[in-house]
Amino acid sequence: MTPYAFEYTRASSVDEALALLDGHDNAKLLAGGHSLIPAMKLRLSNPSMLIDVSGISELAQITASETAVHVGALATHRAVETSEIVQAKCGVLAEAAGGIGDPQVRNKGTIGGSLAHADPAADYPALVLALNAAIKVAGPSGTHLIPAHDFFLNLFKTALQDGEIITEVIFPALSARSGAAYAKFSNPASKYAVVGVAAWVEVDEHGMCTGARVGVTGAASHAFRASNVAFDLSGKHLTAETIAAAVAGMADAHEMLNDLSASSEYRAHLCSVMAQRALTEAAARAMG
Amino acid sequence: MSQTIHVTVNGAAREAEVEPRMLLVDFLRQTLSLTGTHVGCDTSQCGACTVHVDGVSVKACTMFAVQADGSAITTIEGLAGDGALHPLQAAFREEHGLQCGFCTPGMIMAAADLLARNPSSSEGEIRHALEGNYCRCTGYHNIVKAIQNAAGQMS
Amino acid sequence: MSDYIGTSVKRVEDQRFITGRGRYTDDIVLPNMTYACFVRSPYAHARINGIDTEEARNRPGVVAVFTGQDIVDDGINPIPTGWQIGEDMKEPPHHTLAVDKVRHVGDGVAVVIAETKAAAQDAAEHVHIEYEPLPAVADMNEALADGAPLVHDDAPNNVSFHWELGDKAAADAALAAAHHITTYEIVNQRLIPNAIEPRAVIGDHNVATDDLTLYTSSQNPHLIRLLLCAFVTGLPEHKVRVISPDVGGGFGSKIFHYPEEVFCAWATRKIGRPVKWTAERSESFVTDAQGRDHLTTAEMGFDADGKIVGLRVDTAANMGAYLSTFAGGIPTWLYGTLLAGQYTTPAIYVHTQGIFTNTVPVDALRGAGRPEATFLLERLMDLAAKEMGRDPAGLRRMNFIQPDQFPYDTPVVLQYDSGNYEAALDKALDILDYDAFRQQQQQARAEGRLIGIGFSTYIEACGIAPSAVAGAIGARAGLYDSGMLRVHPTGKVQVYTGVHSHGQGHETTFAQLVAHHLQIPMEDVELVHGDTAQIPFGMGTYGSRSLAVGGSAIYRALEKVLGKARKIAAYKLEAAEEDLEYVGGQFTVKGTDRSVSFGDIALTAYVPHDYPIEELEPGLEFNAFYDPKNFTFPFGTHICVVEVDPDTGEVEILRYVAVDDVGEVINPMIVDGQVHGGIAHGIGQALFEGAVYDEDGQLLTGTFMDYTIPRAADLPMFEVDRTVTPCPHNPLGVKGAGETGTIASTPAVVNAVCDAVGARDIQMPMTSERVWRAIHAARSSGDGQA
Repeated sequence: MTPYAFEYTRASSVDEALALLDGHDNAKLLAGGHSLIPAMKLRLSNPSMLIDVSGISELAQITASETAVHVGALATHRAVETSEIVQAKCGVLAEAAGGIGDPQVRNKGTIGGSLAHADPAADYPALVLALNAAIKVAGPSGTHLIPAHDFFLNLFKTALQDGEIITEVIFPALSARSGAAYAKFSNPASKYAVVGVAAWVEVDEHGMCTGARVGVTGAASHAFRASNVAFDLSGKHLTAETIAAAVAGMADAHEMLNDLSASSEYRAHLCSVMAQRALTEAAARAMG
Repeated sequence: MSQTIHVTVNGAAREAEVEPRMLLVDFLRQTLSLTGTHVGCDTSQCGACTVHVDGVSVKACTMFAVQADGSAITTIEGLAGDGALHPLQAAFREEHGLQCGFCTPGMIMAAADLLARNPSSSEGEIRHALEGNYCRCTGYHNIVKAIQNAAGQMS
Repeated sequence: MSDYIGTSVKRVEDQRFITGRGRYTDDIVLPNMTYACFVRSPYAHARINGIDTEEARNRPGVVAVFTGQDIVDDGINPIPTGWQIGEDMKEPPHHTLAVDKVRHVGDGVAVVIAETKAAAQDAAEHVHIEYEPLPAVADMNEALADGAPLVHDDAPNNVSFHWELGDKAAADAALAAAHHITTYEIVNQRLIPNAIEPRAVIGDHNVATDDLTLYTSSQNPHLIRLLLCAFVTGLPEHKVRVISPDVGGGFGSKIFHYPEEVFCAWATRKIGRPVKWTAERSESFVTDAQGRDHLTTAEMGFDADGKIVGLRVDTAANMGAYLSTFAGGIPTWLYGTLLAGQYTTPAIYVHTQGIFTNTVPVDALRGAGRPEATFLLERLMDLAAKEMGRDPAGLRRMNFIQPDQFPYDTPVVLQYDSGNYEAALDKALDILDYDAFRQQQQQARAEGRLIGIGFSTYIEACGIAPSAVAGAIGARAGLYDSGMLRVHPTGKVQVYTGVHSHGQGHETTFAQLVAHHLQIPMEDVELVHGDTAQIPFGMGTYGSRSLAVGGSAIYRALEKVLGKARKIAAYKLEAAEEDLEYVGGQFTVKGTDRSVSFGDIALTAYVPHDYPIEELEPGLEFNAFYDPKNFTFPFGTHICVVEVDPDTGEVEILRYVAVDDVGEVINPMIVDGQVHGGIAHGIGQALFEGAVYDEDGQLLTGTFMDYTIPRAADLPMFEVDRTVTPCPHNPLGVKGAGETGTIASTPAVVNAVCDAVGARDIQMPMTSERVWRAIHAARSSGDGQA
């Protein structure tokens, strides 16, 4: 359907965007629009004003420091997928971005837009949790960082307040002897994650696991960390057996979503399978 | 509540008054009478509406025309230059990559974007690159062959 | 001049499609046009206690708001069904817009017409309808149960008809005496067609001439005109023109006479302006006729040698809330008559009942009854082979009808005219390298990989249909077609066909046919289709009939044209007709170099100065109506090889081999394309597609987010080949190729996955979860593989 009528304006800076958000009830930020516009076409989302921020070019930059990759909120999935910086310093992010939606969607959808929308089956949340990213937010009272584990609260709900805008996502660079991977089981119709598991591991010089984080998306009402899995692997060598043991029963079927695309039981099973695949690949990368 | 937008469409500068809620695909089809771009779904999945905006493939049903103010748009009607067919258009005919033709403009525009990014795509890469384009007629077999054919012509 | 028959000529119609200059119904803009938005029921079953259109009528841009009562008050009749099944068939009225009750989610209740589509959609939200929800039935078993809510008050137990075919006593006796019986219970799940072009209609009333033009995305414009005029509106046929412009796929879903067609035809006359309606995709999901939806129990009996001795089938077929145009015929005459398959089964009995439920109406969908029959047979054969410890290819082979048994009278009415089933099977086995495959399968299994193979040896009946037969089995129309050849004075030719191309490439194939026989260049021939004002009455395209029936009509017209041309040539060359030969587009007196060209003859016919005017009229134009002598019987073997991921249940198709016999082939490229597309549909049913209604009749799979149609990455390259056994009863020797892929493929895929996993059966669509569960069930019950 045609969306309801709305006003459209463009912001050329973060400050201008914040001022416009502050000045209008029921205004929404428009970046790539590939979560918002489909909802507006269903008349499920009916903002009276759209503030197009896609022209704020400083928010589209992808840069690297010694220890982190700074991905501007307006970086498209395609930009993340093809960024040499991301590929070099945090390759799993590029791989995951390359699996979001389809090529046309990736040309428009942005990481900031995706994270703010917090679809429970989006891919980035798993990465953000596994890689311990921080989300930089600008608002009326200045900028602040929201750590990954505080960001995803509930179905389509994040720690972002009204009137705030994500400006960048900071991913720690993968150190030597660490590795990360993302394994996704897609819904054949929507291509969203039925279960998507991002795994990050770090090993010492003897190949023993000194750190692990597992981020799961698609399986529950919001992305979560499977801390039990990480805990199980800590201090062990990462072998097929230890990984299999760690992921067995990692998800409680009662907490899994149950819908047309997968039952809770199957989802719980897929969590283990995808976690096993992600951890296996992450371990290989850490040790290779 | 209309706004004036300036867009370049298939190389021609166009100016128009549009309501912000007008989708780009409707702007192309109705305001500019470029009906080659089609609407096949309402969940941004089928890809029949694929055009190029500022050089990359985009689903015109998931953009508002006002977002394209200042941009350059290429539709299927503008793909061929100087009256000659684009190699993809010729290849789709050569390989029987279309039957009813409804998905074809979007399919060709998506393929053009693919080949611009990855001129030597494998069969698997081609199939994955078409994830945003549905066809109900061909089973994709000849579409893949058409894209391979065009890639060969263009290399 | 090329030999056009059998040549893969590149398509004539492509030029406009690849350049974005196709003309689909929604592309058409008429002066002063208005836009219609339908207000549809959100309930599967409810009484309409009141409709208040006052507020909507006053919204910006609104031209009119109409309800079902407005239409009935104007004397518009309900939309009829076109197939009578049994004398007691319950055929409740299907009004253009619901009047007293809504009977499925999506049932139209009111329509807003406005200056723009957006204005119509905005105003539609201000139509206030007082619904009184009623209990709904979506499931057939529930619909049949005592005390179930009635979809229609005059259809007790929600039954529309009972139908049976075959010999029950013989089948019962054969099964009672059988050495082995294989039983099978199936849900052949409901599918949603989803052609990529959503349906669209424009009604355009010319106030000055009182003519109506209806543009509609239809597979059969003449049929629409006939139903619209003779049965629904009473408008005189000669004042109504129906145009099917470019149509973006049909697959059956665009055959039927839909409420939106009636509405636009009626409304344009009410408001004196064109009225356009185009479906939103989510609207297509609840208004396009859906397909399949059978519940079947079947038993197949075998003797000790593995020969089939009998088959007994009982099917409940979901009709949905109303009987759509062909609905009753699909699970009866297009289904039961195919239950012999390629086999010499001597005793068959089938009973079908058509059931009403509070769901979208069900009707023909690519294959229309024949996929359901083939699925049943080919699954039974694989199940039986496993149960009896026989090779699935071998069990089929030993039951084939042999080439010397044709014409073969099946126990289910059809007489197969010709066939060679073993040739197709052997060719397919050869392409696959079956023996090598079985070895690879064993090795793979030893490694823990789940690889499976599935067969489908099918026959189908298409090229519908002989009119007398059609009438005898309850079709309310004849199924001949028309072909008219108009030769212009300069020797260029236009061909008018009563069938319609919505992807099948008729503009190319039919031009090849005409150019070949007239021995003129293809560029001199143009096909005209889809316009009742230009074309003699035809029945449209479905049931793989275009070439077999429409093409044969053209052939008959060609014979008339060439016959008259020969007479004119004989006159001009002062020779006897039998002394002339027609070669290279020239009539030549045998043994001389005296000749006259087709072009000269055409000019002479239209400038008949030196001409046998006493014996021959001027002009060179003929129409022919062709009524087929019989159905045609394409057949073949499809083989599918899959690998299943044991951890997730995901299915990957490793290979897909299809060997089809569609008789003579005019354009191999186009036939292959039809087979590819048909296979994709069948794979879609096997692995991906399935409409899901909840117990309240809500369609849960209402968009592409939940209803999966195959994408490029889901399908392999297909390996397609042919055998050629010409059809003996039409002049072209062709059988039709549009549906074979769909008919054959679904059981091949299901057989392959069951073989891979070691499961007896897996419900379609075989989603990864269902396959995963089957893997576990097979492991825990210790089911080995055959």
